[in-house]
Amino acid sequence: MSHHLVEIKDLVFTYPDGTEALKGVSLKITHGECVAIIGGNGAGKSTLLQHLNGYLMPTSGEVRVGDFTLTRETAKDIRRCVGMVFQDPDDQLFMPTVIEDVAFGPLNLGLPARESETRALEALERVGMAHLRNRPPYKLSAGEKRAVAIATALAGLPDVLVMDEPSSNLDPRGRRRLIELLKTFEHTRMIATHDLEMVVEICPRVIVLDHGKVVVAGATPEILGDESLMLTHGLEKPHSLKHHHPH
Amino acid sequence: MELKQYMEMGQMDELGRKDSPVHRLDARAQLVTTFAFILVVMSYSRYEVAALMPLLIYPVILMIMGGVPPGFLLRKIVIATPFALFVGVFNPFLDHQVVGRMGAYPLTGGWLSFVSIMLRFVLTVSAAVILVACTGIHRLCAGGERMGMPRVFVVQMMFLYRYFFVIGDEGLRVVRGVEMRSAGARPLGLRMYGILIGQLLLRAMDRAQRIYRAMVARGFEGEVRVLHQARWGWHETVFVVGWVAFFMGARLWNVSLLLGHRITGGVG
Repeated sequence: MSHHLVEIKDLVFTYPDGTEALKGVSLKITHGECVAIIGGNGAGKSTLLQHLNGYLMPTSGEVRVGDFTLTRETAKDIRRCVGMVFQDPDDQLFMPTVIEDVAFGPLNLGLPARESETRALEALERVGMAHLRNRPPYKLSAGEKRAVAIATALAGLPDVLVMDEPSSNLDPRGRRRLIELLKTFEHTRMIATHDLEMVVEICPRVIVLDHGKVVVAGATPEILGDESLMLTHGLEKPHSLKHHHPH
Repeated sequence: MELKQYMEMGQMDELGRKDSPVHRLDARAQLVTTFAFILVVMSYSRYEVAALMPLLIYPVILMIMGGVPPGFLLRKIVIATPFALFVGVFNPFLDHQVVGRMGAYPLTGGWLSFVSIMLRFVLTVSAAVILVACTGIHRLCAGGERMGMPRVFVVQMMFLYRYFFVIGDEGLRVVRGVEMRSAGARPLGLRMYGILIGQLLLRAMDRAQRIYRAMVARGFEGEVRVLHQARWGWHETVFVVGWVAFFMGARLWNVSLLLGHRITGGVG
């Protein structure tokens, strides 16, 4: 199923002020894979993610999602394939009630109201937040907001889920729930995060970015377990990989 | 803006989500009726007080049916009062013509027109507040769009409302940051205020950009689509025709005067 594929070739992106954020990034993510994009602040993670829904256009290089190569014309089709979960759920939730917020995507896809509502409810049930459907989003807790934000992405029935720092600002219980939830998804998933313990739990593969380039990509335990590699790129070997023997 | 006022804006949103006979009406019916009400109120002559009284029935009934707390409505009216006060406050000093008597005291045209202005102000503001409280800004915008309001305008209004909270949030954060580091210090200079406002603008623009990005990511293309598109049924027709007939009746016949005549047997 080629439409769940994400392929990026020699992606270069320079901001209008001349900052070179991406200097030739290439990567490939296959159907159903869950891949973490890690790297220090300013490594280019967010810039990379913003290409995946056509918000930014490559300065040069190629971004392919499913059957579409990203151009201004295909941006709309690509947005249909990709569900984005933004770093701050407050940016993502803007309708007066949770259910309307989740239905916003399906309605914009042109679905009739009733079907949009059904889809929204299904998405809310999927993240365990159906009971909050008539609440105003700004009154929810951070964990609930995050779950609803994920539901807004799911409601568009995306093939690929892209998440920017999904576990940030969550308390330990909220974070645990999120991890358990993400484990149950079968979408192709790309997760940009600093939460390396979460990466160990849910992402079998990891891509390390630094200074706008892919430094290394491969199996999570090997890469995250390489202490000197981690330190060189502003990261840290996760605690869970430090002790292989019981205390 | 103070935190309390800010929270009250949120309360307006919450009221808009309630369920009541008024809320269930198509937003267009409420828009038309409110508009007609305001037109009628504005059409009275400047010395009119008694004839305006029956029109109070409209906001009172809608407030009760729509479950709008009287205290909430009152606070909203009080906030806007200074504007009306400024418009009318000089009338008593300028217009000394005696137009009637209250007991032993002469009643001047200035006082009468002042009271009339205040009364009209209370009527129109309460009608507008109730309109928003019983529909919520999203339904109101969707209603406006279906009535032929230009889409650009509708979207502008929605964003204005949404970004009001955004800027409010950022503003609260900036103020908190300043307060925490300036306890007991002398008041901030003009230069500092300039920097703060610039900061606020930049932050709000950043956030607006992020919200827009999130909307585009979910396929927003400029059209407001709502989940529960209200339909025009006989409820709406009865609501609009009934109220407009009442407004016209109250405008054509001075109901207060007629009632007064009936009660006092035509004396006076």
